[in-house]
Amino acid sequence: MTARIQLPAAARRGEVIEIRIAIQHTMETGFRLDDSGRAIPKNVVNSLTCRYNGAEVFRAEMGSGVAANPYLAFFTVADTSGELVFDWVDDEGRTGSERATLTVSV
Amino acid sequence: MTVRLLRNTVLAMALALPVAASYAQRAPGQPQPLKSGLEFTGPEVRELQQDDFANPGMLWVARGETLWQEPAGKEGKSCAGCHGDARSSMKGVATRYPLMDAGSARLINLEGRIEQCRERRQQAEPFKRESAELLAIGAYVAHQSRGMPVNVTIDWQNRHNFEAGRAMYYRRMGQMNLSCAQCHQENWGRKLGPETISQGHGVAYPIYRLEWQTMGSLHRRFRSCLSGVRAELLPQGAAEFLDLELYLAWRASGLPIETPGVRR
Repeated sequence: MTARIQLPAAARRGEVIEIRIAIQHTMETGFRLDDSGRAIPKNVVNSLTCRYNGAEVFRAEMGSGVAANPYLAFFTVADTSGELVFDWVDDEGRTGSERATLTVSV
Repeated sequence: MTVRLLRNTVLAMALALPVAASYAQRAPGQPQPLKSGLEFTGPEVRELQQDDFANPGMLWVARGETLWQEPAGKEGKSCAGCHGDARSSMKGVATRYPLMDAGSARLINLEGRIEQCRERRQQAEPFKRESAELLAIGAYVAHQSRGMPVNVTIDWQNRHNFEAGRAMYYRRMGQMNLSCAQCHQENWGRKLGPETISQGHGVAYPIYRLEWQTMGSLHRRFRSCLSGVRAELLPQGAAEFLDLELYLAWRASGLPIETPGVRR
């Protein structure tokens, strides 16, 4: 699964920063039928977490109402330099992970 | 509803203008002024395309960038192995397609060229048309020409294809008995149901269509239009589609490439 993460190149301690992630996923709703009329099973990225230096700062639970290729943005407070780790899983049990480094100056 | 609307529009036009004269005047075929499809989409879609992060098509570009580096096939060569850094070697390439393939003396488009390279140079199984991989590499390659104007040359080699493409553009087809030109040349800017009819340029392909919820090629879009007028669907990569693609490229000459585009 391809994913892209965007965060500021550098931030000052205490600054509120925006973090954005986009994941390539069909987000199959479970309501569609294929060409021969069979139901296509639901398969969406049902949960995503973001850990900042080990501490969970964001969690999302998604269902069939979310469009394909979900794009999420959230804010957090820059604390210390370190790594943001994103983990997500879909209904088929396929997992994805992506990480990004944040540099924080005092 | 749509059928009636279209019929009325066409009827109104036929009454308002002497048909022969209107065709003669429009024979050169480039709409004036040239407008990208982006101008007909509404502000939300425009913003989505113009934000390089939010634009979902950029996911395919990112995947294409990875695939560009990956060795494939019996030769174990990657795209980068021959072409090097796509940012310089592929710059402007998309503006010249579709062009004449020297080997087969047939028109070939960017997707066709990627498939050909894969089969002949990498000795690998070709991707299928409309596969995620082909769309990804296609989007990555075309993205290198973003902002550069479409610039195809019509000469003795491709004149025949160009004329065939133009003929197809003006030919009425399907149960609805409509030609491409009746919507995209003669009624662009007007409403068709809730949508504003665009000029129908192919400069942003492969595009992310919100209706599709995924990336798709120009030929997929052709098939949507054919299905809309209830005409016979041609397969992707069909010779007729390539002729039409050439005509459209000429018709859009001067418009900048937008890949990856976003449309409703």
